[in-house]
Amino acid sequence: MSIGLHNSEFKNPVVRWIDQRMPVFTMMQKEYGTFPTPKNFNYFWNFGALAMVTLMIMIATGIFLSMHYAAHTSLAFDSVERIMRDVNFGWLIRYIHMNGASMFFIVVYIHIFRGMYYGSYKAPRELLWMLGVVIFLLMMATAFMGYVLPWGQMSFWGATVITNLFSAFPVVGNFIVELLWGGFSVDNPTLNRFFSLHYLLPFVIFGVVFLHVAALHITGSNNPLGIEPKGPQDTLPFHPYYTAKDSVGLVVYFIVFAVLVFFAPNYLGHPDNYIPANPLVTPPHIVPEWYFLPYYAILRAVPDKLGGVLLMFGSILVWFVLPWLDRSPVRSMRFRPLARIFFLLWTVCFLVLLWVGAKPAEGTYVLIARIATAYYFAYFLVILPMLAKFERPLPLPESISRAVLGGGPLPMGAAAKPMEKA
Amino acid sequence: MTDNGHAATDGAPRRDFLMLVTGAFAAVGVGAIAWPFIASLQPAKDTLALASTDVELAPIAEGQAITVMWRGKPVFVRNRTAKEIQEARAVPTNSLPDPATDQSRVQKDQWLILVGICTHLGCVPTGQRATDARGDYGGWFCPCHGSHYDTSGRIRKGPAPRNLDVPQYAFTSDTKIRIG
Ligand code: HEM
Ligand code: FES
Repeated sequence: MSIGLHNSEFKNPVVRWIDQRMPVFTMMQKEYGTFPTPKNFNYFWNFGALAMVTLMIMIATGIFLSMHYAAHTSLAFDSVERIMRDVNFGWLIRYIHMNGASMFFIVVYIHIFRGMYYGSYKAPRELLWMLGVVIFLLMMATAFMGYVLPWGQMSFWGATVITNLFSAFPVVGNFIVELLWGGFSVDNPTLNRFFSLHYLLPFVIFGVVFLHVAALHITGSNNPLGIEPKGPQDTLPFHPYYTAKDSVGLVVYFIVFAVLVFFAPNYLGHPDNYIPANPLVTPPHIVPEWYFLPYYAILRAVPDKLGGVLLMFGSILVWFVLPWLDRSPVRSMRFRPLARIFFLLWTVCFLVLLWVGAKPAEGTYVLIARIATAYYFAYFLVILPMLAKFERPLPLPESISRAVLGGGPLPMGAAAKPMEKA
Repeated sequence: MTDNGHAATDGAPRRDFLMLVTGAFAAVGVGAIAWPFIASLQPAKDTLALASTDVELAPIAEGQAITVMWRGKPVFVRNRTAKEIQEARAVPTNSLPDPATDQSRVQKDQWLILVGICTHLGCVPTGQRATDARGDYGGWFCPCHGSHYDTSGRIRKGPAPRNLDVPQYAFTSDTKIRIG
């Protein structure tokens, strides 16, 4: 090997020639081949890979849609209808893109739930978790702007209500709203810039996903027991063990995805979005896409404009500080008898908010939304910080391999000590 | 630093100064470059030029209302009945969420001109047609999150923080107005 070349282990001469000059093959081998991965993953650990695949699907279908889509208020609606009726397989590409957005959110919600239940946000994975929250925020922005593009009634009024949220902020509010609109209402300049950003943001997401994975490959994965692997007996090489397990999950995922696309493509959508946008008439019942409903419910639970907007943004921003709100040294809620119950209740509240967000904001619905909102925040700001002090965790297993291959837990005293370092 | 041959003692303040000056120049440079980009997002000249709309009032009978488009937004023009005017003037203004007298919101008693956009999150309230829901105060009702406006377009109940805006307009003749 001559000086200045990477010491490649690959035998194929072409691969080797490239790898010596730019060791991408060595890197892939290290990060996705031999990468030591805890041997006790359950299927919750599939969802990161599923999210990655979905992002690729969204980018691929989006690029093809853009070849037929016209970002102008007088053309947008018709160009989408043309995609549906005249463009070869346009209906398929659009339905994949449309339902892909929903599938993306389902996958990412489960991925986040996994992180919360198994304490994946705790040290040393705080930054990894925070990058995940950044990805989620970017996804929300992307999906919101994408939904505006077909320029139906829901596109238009969703865009109006959401951009107006920013007008609640004192001083800078109206300035921000005008920057978003490029005029005095949601109109052609708005549609143009939203298309531009809708095209751009997925690639930004791709960049942040790269950082997310880079951080993951420093700390290594968490696992259902929430204890660190102590050595080779606790891990498996990523390939072929988890490439295989991820593939099984992927096949099941594609089946669900396909059922949605082929048998119920409009089930998750709103029929009003097949009516062209009309700036003079608001539909009697405007609702955002299902994945925004919990936050919409929080917004409407508060009778004050600014207060509602702050709580709505706060409901996601609070995730950023979750690693510091939950100081319990035990990661996995399998070993946290109280936290587990409070967290499952939180999940129920989240789903209740999702349901109530689609109901009219009156009567008991408002009351339900308020109770669920209160618990949503109490869980993060009161319950978790207190549990770290008062909860008595169950004994942790000595190691992953002992827990997997049998062998009892350690005696109480030994397990209650703070989280072990790998 | 000693490793590049400069004396650490008297070089440091000078280096700090140079760092600050460089940083300040860079900040100004970034600002100067960002400026045109942000300005490009603001309303363009042709958007600003669509600034006024003329409305003929003669065809609007008492009790009727029409909606016209101004700057991409709906504007409500309502020919109020004597009863509606009287209702709007009967309420004590200090009991209102956004206190304003009815007189301060009209130029001619019977003609109420409003930007038809809910001050909560921008939906168009219903109440322009006689068959529409007009809310608890006989003016307009916003279905999005339940804001009720009275016959002067003032917010009475619901999440909206302000009264419906009155656009700039002028009577160009007895039966004509120009909005904007
Ligand atoms: C994070 C990934 C993405 C998400 C979550 C997303 C989401 C959406 C959503 C919800 C719609 C509205 C679908 C409808 O109701 O018709 C949409 C439309 C659209 N998207 Fe995306 N998108 C993503 C990536 C992309 C990319 C990368 C491109 C371009 C390269 C793109 C191009 C388009 C186009 C042209 C439309 C309008 C056509 C239509 O409405 O079907 N999207 N997107
Ligand atoms: S937009 Fe009218 S009540 Fe919210």
